Amino acid sequence: MIIVGAGLAGLGAAYTLAGSGLEVLVLERGDYPGAKNMTGGRLYLNPVRDLFPGLFENAPLERFIAYEGISIMAKDRSVTLNYTGNELRDEPRQSYSVLRSKFDRWLSEHVEEKGVSILSKIRVDDVIKDNGKIVGVLAGADELRADVVLACDGALSITSEKAGLRLPVALGDFALGIKEVISLDSGVINERFNLEGDEGAARLFVGEVTQGKFGGGFLYTNRESVSLGIVVGIEDAAADSLPLEVPALMDSFKGRPEIAPLISGGSTVEYSAHVIPEGGFKALGNLYGNGILVAGDAAGLALNIGFTVRGMEFALASGHFAAQTVMKAKEAGNYDASTLSMYKRLLEDSFVLKDLRSFQETPAVVGNPRFFSHYPELIGAIMKDVYSVPAGAKERLYPTIRKRLTLGELWGLFMDLKGVMKI
Amino acid sequence: MSEIPDLKAKLGLDVFKPAAEPHIRIRQGMEKDPRLKPAIRVCPAGLYSENERGEVILTIDGCLECGTCRLVCGTEILDWNYPPGGNGVQYRFG
Repeated sequence: MIIVGAGLAGLGAAYTLAGSGLEVLVLERGDYPGAKNMTGGRLYLNPVRDLFPGLFENAPLERFIAYEGISIMAKDRSVTLNYTGNELRDEPRQSYSVLRSKFDRWLSEHVEEKGVSILSKIRVDDVIKDNGKIVGVLAGADELRADVVLACDGALSITSEKAGLRLPVALGDFALGIKEVISLDSGVINERFNLEGDEGAARLFVGEVTQGKFGGGFLYTNRESVSLGIVVGIEDAAADSLPLEVPALMDSFKGRPEIAPLISGGSTVEYSAHVIPEGGFKALGNLYGNGILVAGDAAGLALNIGFTVRGMEFALASGHFAAQTVMKAKEAGNYDASTLSMYKRLLEDSFVLKDLRSFQETPAVVGNPRFFSHYPELIGAIMKDVYSVPAGAKERLYPTIRKRLTLGELWGLFMDLKGVMKI
Repeated sequence: MSEIPDLKAKLGLDVFKPAAEPHIRIRQGMEKDPRLKPAIRVCPAGLYSENERGEVILTIDGCLECGTCRLVCGTEILDWNYPPGGNGVQYRFG
């Protein structure tokens, strides 16, 4: 069996397959597993703990998230909602910030210790087909043959594209994430974010960050750095509808008074970018074919519902279920599409496709541009009126708010909330 | 683009192992194709720009291999590959 890509899907599959008697080879185009991988920064462990018993106990995770914050950003002001609770501190912890180069490298070492071979610096260029069945991959001049190929080669997945499993590109189904890792002393991080020990904070920012378009900003505290970045819909970014070019969005975000003091004195140590599948359930291509399975970002398994943005646990879990499928297929001695269709059933019985299905309307709902410009400005304006103490007499609160919330406004809000009820 | 002085400095922080050949090329004769223009706006590394002849040019140094240009412009316009194994950006944090 050949696994293309040593990210969380590929390594999750390899970990599950180790000791199964199957001969597994993982191919990775980077210098080392993790060299090409990046994330905004948060891994939710609850959905995958049972699939990988004990594995995460010694994982190089950064901080557990004890504070969640969401800021609605208007041009000149912002409103922030913060949440913390004992449930976020109780063991087992729900989610952790993570840096992928470190994490993936660690996981790959575990996988290798369990006897699976990982070959780095190998770029897979194509699949080998024989009678409509995938029988291996082409890496440069090398033909590598296998009973089954597992494509875990990320959001663009050249492997599944060559195998004919992908839908034609719809720009609306993809976002671009860019990030700076900014190094800061851990004590400074604890002070600035009101943290103790290995507590961490996660903050999301919507509105002006993406100039009123779909997307937002994020900040995750790591042990000795913060991950600061933005996610923007590729369709908006490409279509001139964003006044700023993508790199300038990031600088404008960093310069916001809500952000600048948090990173002051820190130095950027890395700048990275990655495409993110955002289309959800409706944008999924084929998850399997004759002699091939697709997992992780390559399969489009990621879920953004505004407050939580998830991908990595979908990658780990889909890799795990792909591995289980391959073990069953080996018993059956058959790797054709009908045998491998078990993969889809396993995903459907798990949180992976259950969550994607439950939240299939969210891409359309969270794509509503009013959430990114109109409402941030409206909420900001109401807060400004409520908090302002003018030189003269202050108007009564109810008429002040009512002035903003006209009948037309309330009707629009009602219609938009009707959309939200689908989530 | 690359009007942001910061951007080159930011890219300078990343570890790159340059390949002998550029891994993405604008296909010959496509330099003025309107479908190329959006790449100038979306490339997070600011590697696409327009010259005085109205042609879009691509400098590959600093490519983060995100794939946005492949999605936006398509492979009719771009001869798009990842760098050969072991080349290109090597994230240390990710």
